[in-house]
Amino acid sequence: MASRQNPKPMTIDEGSVHIDPAVNKLKRILEGKPEPDFLPGEYIGNYTTIYNMCIQKPPHDQSQELYDKYGGIFEDYAKHTVLPSIMEKHDEYMLRELSRRWDINKIMVRWLSRFFFYLDRYFTVRRSLPSLTEVGMTSFRDHVYNNVHFNVKQVIIALVHKEREGQQIDRALLKNVLDLFVENGMGSIKRYEDDFEDFFLQESASYYSRRSSRWIQEDSCPEYMIKAEESLKKEKERVAHYLHSGTEPKLVDIVQTHLLVLVAKQLLEKENSGCSALLRDDKTDDLSRMYRLYHAIPKGLEPVAAAFRLHVTAEGNALIKQAEDAATSGSVEEQVLVRKIIDLHDKYMAYVMDCFQNDTLFHKALKEAFEIFCNKKVAGSSSAELLATFCDNLFRKAGNDKSNDDSTIESTIDNVVKLLDYISDKDLFVEFYRKKLARRLLFGRFNDDHERSILTKLKGQFGGQFTSKMEGMVTDMQLAKDHQTGFEEHIKNLPKGVDFTVTVLTTGFWPSYKTSDLNLPVEMVNCIESFKAYYAIKTNHKRLMWIYSLGTCNLTGRFDSKPIELIVSTYQAAVLCAFNNTDILTYQELLEQVNLSHEDLVRVLHSLSCAKYKFLNKQPASKTISKTDTFEFNSKFTDKMRRIKVCMRKFKKKKKEKTKLIMIVVKQVPLPPVDDRKKVVEDVDKDRRYAIDASLVRIMKSRKVLPHQQLVSECVEQLSRMFKPDIKMIKKRIEDLITRDYLERDTENPSTFKYVA
Amino acid sequence: MPPSASKPSKKRSKPDSATDPVPSASSKKKSSKEMDGTDQLFNKYANTSSGVIDPEGIEKLCSSLKVPHTDIRILMLAWRMKAEKQGYFTKAEWRTALKALKVDTIPKLKKALPELEKEVRKPLNFADFYAYAFKYCLTEEKQKFLDIETICQLLDMVLGSTFRAQVDYFVDYLKVQKDYKVINMDQWMGFYRFCNEISFPDMTNYNLENAWPSILDEFFEWLREKQA
Repeated sequence: MASRQNPKPMTIDEGSVHIDPAVNKLKRILEGKPEPDFLPGEYIGNYTTIYNMCIQKPPHDQSQELYDKYGGIFEDYAKHTVLPSIMEKHDEYMLRELSRRWDINKIMVRWLSRFFFYLDRYFTVRRSLPSLTEVGMTSFRDHVYNNVHFNVKQVIIALVHKEREGQQIDRALLKNVLDLFVENGMGSIKRYEDDFEDFFLQESASYYSRRSSRWIQEDSCPEYMIKAEESLKKEKERVAHYLHSGTEPKLVDIVQTHLLVLVAKQLLEKENSGCSALLRDDKTDDLSRMYRLYHAIPKGLEPVAAAFRLHVTAEGNALIKQAEDAATSGSVEEQVLVRKIIDLHDKYMAYVMDCFQNDTLFHKALKEAFEIFCNKKVAGSSSAELLATFCDNLFRKAGNDKSNDDSTIESTIDNVVKLLDYISDKDLFVEFYRKKLARRLLFGRFNDDHERSILTKLKGQFGGQFTSKMEGMVTDMQLAKDHQTGFEEHIKNLPKGVDFTVTVLTTGFWPSYKTSDLNLPVEMVNCIESFKAYYAIKTNHKRLMWIYSLGTCNLTGRFDSKPIELIVSTYQAAVLCAFNNTDILTYQELLEQVNLSHEDLVRVLHSLSCAKYKFLNKQPASKTISKTDTFEFNSKFTDKMRRIKVCMRKFKKKKKEKTKLIMIVVKQVPLPPVDDRKKVVEDVDKDRRYAIDASLVRIMKSRKVLPHQQLVSECVEQLSRMFKPDIKMIKKRIEDLITRDYLERDTENPSTFKYVA
Repeated sequence: MPPSASKPSKKRSKPDSATDPVPSASSKKKSSKEMDGTDQLFNKYANTSSGVIDPEGIEKLCSSLKVPHTDIRILMLAWRMKAEKQGYFTKAEWRTALKALKVDTIPKLKKALPELEKEVRKPLNFADFYAYAFKYCLTEEKQKFLDIETICQLLDMVLGSTFRAQVDYFVDYLKVQKDYKVINMDQWMGFYRFCNEISFPDMTNYNLENAWPSILDEFFEWLREKQA
């Protein structure tokens, strides 16, 4: 052995004599051939040989040659051994061979780079050359991978297809091979993507496209969804087992697109099993699945929500039509209809909360659906009116119907408030409700708790202004009771035993009622006066206006056979009492004495002389009242009843009767229902015009200058809580305000308005 | 506005009594010759007792000018003089117009009419004239509307020559519709804008959502229906 001091420089060829056998030995070991392992001495020797050759002083420094040799070893091996061995195999065998060769390569790189390690310490670094490891790996990539990846990819895709069709495949093998693809990217994922993933995704897309075409024809919507869900699950599993994680979002997107997005319309609209049918038949599981599946897709829920909205609208419209058809005599059975709508709302709200996870998109769809059909007219009645009538009946029957206990009523009230939210003509509802409330409070039995409860809830939902008048009415009733107690105390001392009940109403809150200058019989006048006196003591500054048209009297008619108690309206009482002093009176005389209008007097006389009970005899005894008739107290009148209540109907009727007055009891009393729908609508229209005017002025006052479009839209927005203003009406009101010099058009820009201070 | 309001001091030309109801009408003599001629001309047509040119006087003026008294040029003259009351010209108003036109005799005035018309028809002036036409017809104080009949005649007079088609159709509409019994200033001006901005008769650039007065929206819809 040459000494370190004076070594004889070794050439590469000489060095190869030592190195080559070692390399071959390594190859044999790696290929699994019987071969003893490297002894430590052998290893050191190889390393040293190379080391020595590197440190030889130039020009004997063999580093470059060694480096080239190293590269050559790999290239050679790859071209002549590795590649052929892979190429001669097929299918799965090819994959296995590739995998094996790849593993071998890795070990070979590790070992050889240890032998040649010294090169990495100085040579490759100084010359900025690829490291030994890199060379080894690059060699594999260039000489093996690049030549086989295409075929390998085909095999892999075929295997995936096999697995998709239900067969078992060697997942671990695939994982190895795909890791190989990734690693051959040398730090970039591009090789994996370009050489495998792109093709794989394409294949997957066409696979699922075919699938979905077949399934959509053969399967029902629920069945299809189950398959879709299953497919997604399997594909995610596939990624977890052998694909690169980056493939997952792309793969999921493809599956979703082909299975769910492209066929959404067909799927959702499937007859007998689509969204509509599922909703109808309570298929909550399937609906939940539908939500889950489409929720994962951006904007995927929109077609589902649309289908939901369409279905609910159709159901609602069907109810409306049903009610229309059933409304035979022009009156709608609103009890039935409103209950059905409430039930519909509960049913579909349940879906929104459960199956659709309270998603705002579905809340919105439900709201829009209800807004469509809740604002339809049913046989001429607006929904606002129907709802008001519904409430009226609910509260009237509350006392009588045992099945309607408090909690049921409360929940029904909640439902009514919810429904009202969907109705755009809220102010119309308030008007109808107010009229009926008045009737309930004055003439029927009412439950203070219920009345207050609904008003509180309406106030909570729509604001204080919404309910202020109605609350005032209910409070009035309470005050009236207090007044009455006080009054009765007050008159205890008065003679004549006046039995007189008064209800005092605050004008602004209540609907307006007709007044008349009725001439009261003297006994009643006394009652009025005594109350006036009492009231003056209690309150100052308030004027009392008497509404006789709403009063009742209890009269005792002293007929020949037996006295009978008559319950009549104040008007009727006034007429009857006229006969206390004379037996016979002409129409004219009555007119003067009682001072009613012709219309009223005719009605009253009809009810007393031409109807069922003839308290007065009429000359001539025709069926209608004429101004030349004469009336006489019918002392011969009798009936098996001891007490008769006399109604006064709107159309003409004639009665003749006379009563002797003993005692008067005046109470508040129900008029026969004269719900003039047309009048309510007119009143509301009038109020709307004022509301629009006020809103326009308010807006312009604060903005000073505003273009037309904006003014209109702000106005609509402001008023939307009570009603949906008609654009044409707004325009007309603007013009009216211009004429009244509240606004003016800008001279430069005629579609902009200016506030006129 | 009393004509005597702002007159410089003048020599008395006529020794009239102090009970002359409108002293200025006959008691002032202008210093300039032009004013003199103008005044004399005024007096020719004025009503001696009221001291203003009344409808009768205007008719006389028209026949002197050989112009029908419903002719737009008389209205233009009224505009020029900023006449306040329909059918009457005060002395001051008369002077204003004739001074502006630089005329003081009937022949000169007649010659000046085409010039006046040209002046009025200038876009800037015409809008003002158009508005004036409406106001001129308001007879009562605080009146804000003109009846349909008057409007139709006025439209024909004022816009008939420039926007024949629009005027004809609109007048037709006004006569058959039942919603409007009167027209206000805003609607009146709106129609002028309509004629200027909207292509007719196709009306393709008309937009119901814009701030056109409702009556024009309804006119538009009526016309559309007719055209269908």
